[in-house]
Amino acid sequence: MGRKKRSTPEINAGSMADIAFLLLIFFLVTTTMDVDKGLMVKLAPWTDEPPPEDNKIKEKNIFVVLVNSNDQLLVEDDYLSIDQLREAAKDFIDNNGDGSCPECNGIRSLASSDNPQKAIISLQNDRGTSYQMFVKVRNEILGAYSELRNDLSERKYGKAFITLNDEDRSEIVSVYPQFISEAEPVSIGK
Amino acid sequence: MALIRKKKSKETPPVSTASLPDIVFMLLFFFMVTTTMREVTLLVRLKKPKATEMQKLDRKDLTTYIYMGAPKNPELYGSEPRIQLDDQLGSIGDIQSFVILKREEINEAERPKFTVSIKADIDVKMGLISDLKQELRKAQALKISYSTNPAASPEELYKTY
Repeated sequence: MGRKKRSTPEINAGSMADIAFLLLIFFLVTTTMDVDKGLMVKLAPWTDEPPPEDNKIKEKNIFVVLVNSNDQLLVEDDYLSIDQLREAAKDFIDNNGDGSCPECNGIRSLASSDNPQKAIISLQNDRGTSYQMFVKVRNEILGAYSELRNDLSERKYGKAFITLNDEDRSEIVSVYPQFISEAEPVSIGK
Repeated sequence: MALIRKKKSKETPPVSTASLPDIVFMLLFFFMVTTTMREVTLLVRLKKPKATEMQKLDRKDLTTYIYMGAPKNPELYGSEPRIQLDDQLGSIGDIQSFVILKREEINEAERPKFTVSIKADIDVKMGLISDLKQELRKAQALKISYSTNPAASPEELYKTY
């Protein structure tokens, strides 16, 4: 009897769960499963020589979007608000002026782009343009492309663009390739 | 005596909680492994713009982050937006060497997938961002991503604040 008393008593493991819970809650709170998301852009390689003067791109195939330092838009010489930009860009890309794009639904205006392969969107901003506005404009242009691709995917395959396999997807991308140019900013007035 | 014994056998036995610590530990290890502690302390104020058309950056090890915004400590660094490279504020001239150094760290086969994620504050002017873009072009870091937060709908972006 005396011997038994001298030995150390067993440690109570009942509070183990509480301790583990405490740690668990700490890690639950501090965990940030932040997946970084963003607008992907491919920049043009750096060249020292100035761009060639006689570029062969026709004026009507370029959709010029200007943003001034007050975050106002000038699209193809028209004042537009940001919520009109997406439709304007879609009309331009989908115009199909020379009729070489059977998938397009455009109005085939002679003053707008020949076909989506030739359509280029040129985004120019002032040095004073806010980053927020720039991202909004960029987002609308990307949105115009993804809406066109999605529409075509629905018509052709009956399902959304993101659910397509790689082969079908690249086929749609070849109908509506993305040509967005980000010009170096100039001071285009306040 | 016999009566009491009968009563006891009818009762449902209590649920054993002996395995509870094991379950909790399992969860604990899961969160410990997935937790990523913030690796840099932000020296600039950063409120990312919202967008709807973003793509996920899936390879963190191939991505380098560049932060831009007004310094949190204006007495020390002024109130003009600055560029943060890793743990210190840098200038436009530091970017090329920073990006090239970061690219050297990843193995050669995966270098074409090297991406620079620009985490800029909504109030930064495009002049600074354009300077940054020019430097990235010179450093041949052509894949970039404008880091954004998700917006619920495009209409949310049309509102002016």
